[in-house]
Amino acid sequence: MAGVWIIAEHRDGAFRKITFEVASAGRKVADELGTELVAVVLGNGMKDACAELGKYGVDKVLYADGEVFEPYTTDAYSSAIASLAKDRSPDVILMGASMQGKDLGGRLAAKLGVGIAVDCTKLEVADGKLVPTRPIYAGKVYATVALHHTPQIASLRPNVFDVVEKQGAAEIEEVSPEVGEVKTKVEEIIKEEGGKIDLTEAEIIVSGGRGMKNAENFKILEELAEVLGAAVGASRAAVDAGWRPHGDQVGQTGKVVTPNLYIACGISGAIQHLAGMGSSKLIVAINKDPDAPIHSKADYSVVADLFQVVPAFTEECKKIKASQ
Amino acid sequence: MNVVVCLKQVPDTETVIKIAEDGKTIVTDDIKWVMNPYDEFAVEEGLRIKEAHGGEVTVVSVGPKRVTEALRTALAMGADKAVLVEDESLYWTDPMIFARILAKVVEPMNPDIILFGQRAVDDDCGIVGSAVAELLGLPQLSVVTKLEISDGKVTVHRPVEGQTLVISSSMPVVVTAGKGLNEPRYASLPGIMKAKKKPLDVKTVDELGVELSPTMEITALSPPPERAPGKKIEGETPEELAANLAKALHEEAKVI
Repeated sequence: MAGVWIIAEHRDGAFRKITFEVASAGRKVADELGTELVAVVLGNGMKDACAELGKYGVDKVLYADGEVFEPYTTDAYSSAIASLAKDRSPDVILMGASMQGKDLGGRLAAKLGVGIAVDCTKLEVADGKLVPTRPIYAGKVYATVALHHTPQIASLRPNVFDVVEKQGAAEIEEVSPEVGEVKTKVEEIIKEEGGKIDLTEAEIIVSGGRGMKNAENFKILEELAEVLGAAVGASRAAVDAGWRPHGDQVGQTGKVVTPNLYIACGISGAIQHLAGMGSSKLIVAINKDPDAPIHSKADYSVVADLFQVVPAFTEECKKIKASQ
Repeated sequence: MNVVVCLKQVPDTETVIKIAEDGKTIVTDDIKWVMNPYDEFAVEEGLRIKEAHGGEVTVVSVGPKRVTEALRTALAMGADKAVLVEDESLYWTDPMIFARILAKVVEPMNPDIILFGQRAVDDDCGIVGSAVAELLGLPQLSVVTKLEISDGKVTVHRPVEGQTLVISSSMPVVVTAGKGLNEPRYASLPGIMKAKKKPLDVKTVDELGVELSPTMEITALSPPPERAPGKKIEGETPEELAANLAKALHEEAKVI
């Protein structure tokens, strides 16, 4: 029993939420395989923080300390993890399909000569093997995947797997994996203003489309987002019109998102947009056109002028927040 | 500057995807095939690098004969030559196999920079770029939105959750293009005419000697999970609609 491994992700000395999601999902897989859950933490002065991972089901932490691991680089992470995996032969390696995990996963799999299932939304175990399911064509269909070699590697879509807290502290083993040459260098980290929430990690998204009419009108969505602690997204039409930055685009050629609540304002619901947000847990559509395809995807439809309804809805949300 | 751009042909994003009778592939009859949208950014960046630093842009792809069209599009945009590894069976396959083939084709070209789109919008894997980088022992810079080359060094902007990383790398290097890197040009009419005369070299998997055993296979496809039918929020005035929506989200759905 060589274990299920998770690759921990951290920033500014603290583990990121995706790490707890992956640990919780990994715990289930380890239980079904009858093996232990091991977290690989590569960091600089992160040792004391590692015990916390026990709370999310981790039995053991393999901790490697070094300046080379902070900030993350593809070379340092992939070579260190591959060296550990070659020594200890884990059955499964899981990580987040965050920007870091998406950068690391393919490289690590290629280094180990194995396959990877990227951005999975479901993990099952059958006949002692991991069987992941992942959306393809931005969620127009779901694919169940067989990974033929060991370790089986999968990355998990953020915001899909529940965080499960348990009792317990993780045992920590310090390791010194081989780190190959690091050919890239992080020269600078530019923080976005106001600690903006990323769309892929946001619990609530307020999104605007062609019906917003211009860039200034997005102010009313920003006001609503502010009250709800939400991120602001946009359809391709709004991005292509230059009203919003590229990073805000939700859809097949933008970000695929899975928030708890997606509020689509003035979005008609082109197939490539629906693909990108269709697996949101709850969808609200505000669009004055009753025939807009977005209404057929929505859990709650409001057929009315968004310029009248959204500001009034923001006021209602303020009242609810004030009473909480 | 010797630039190589690897690209894929994919179904247009407006395509309705239908599952085929075997339950594990898709119906390809009525599909309009286009260059993967992220690969357009890669081609455009390749052309801009050539315009600024001189050199040559070679576009490379793998797949059935129809992929020639995507390569001709890149040639019409301004790429100098193309290579297609033609094989009818190589569409619905493991991205690691694509990576092995591309690495084999690209290595003897000795490129200074190899560009990819950050992911193909069909299988959504986004791993071919990093797998090729690994197979060739090169550094990788993924999902970049700005790229500069000076003094034999590449510097990129890479947005991650809530931050943008400025990363530099030695060359040769593999770079994958994110949306926002540039605004891809359209092929001009003279460009399209010229593209017909540009070299397009066709190779086979056999002559490359690539191992085709998969690391991963799709065993079943299923439609997305069904959503329960929605509810229309009622109300006479915008205020009433807003109040009823807030009530539904707060009391019924408990999401705010």
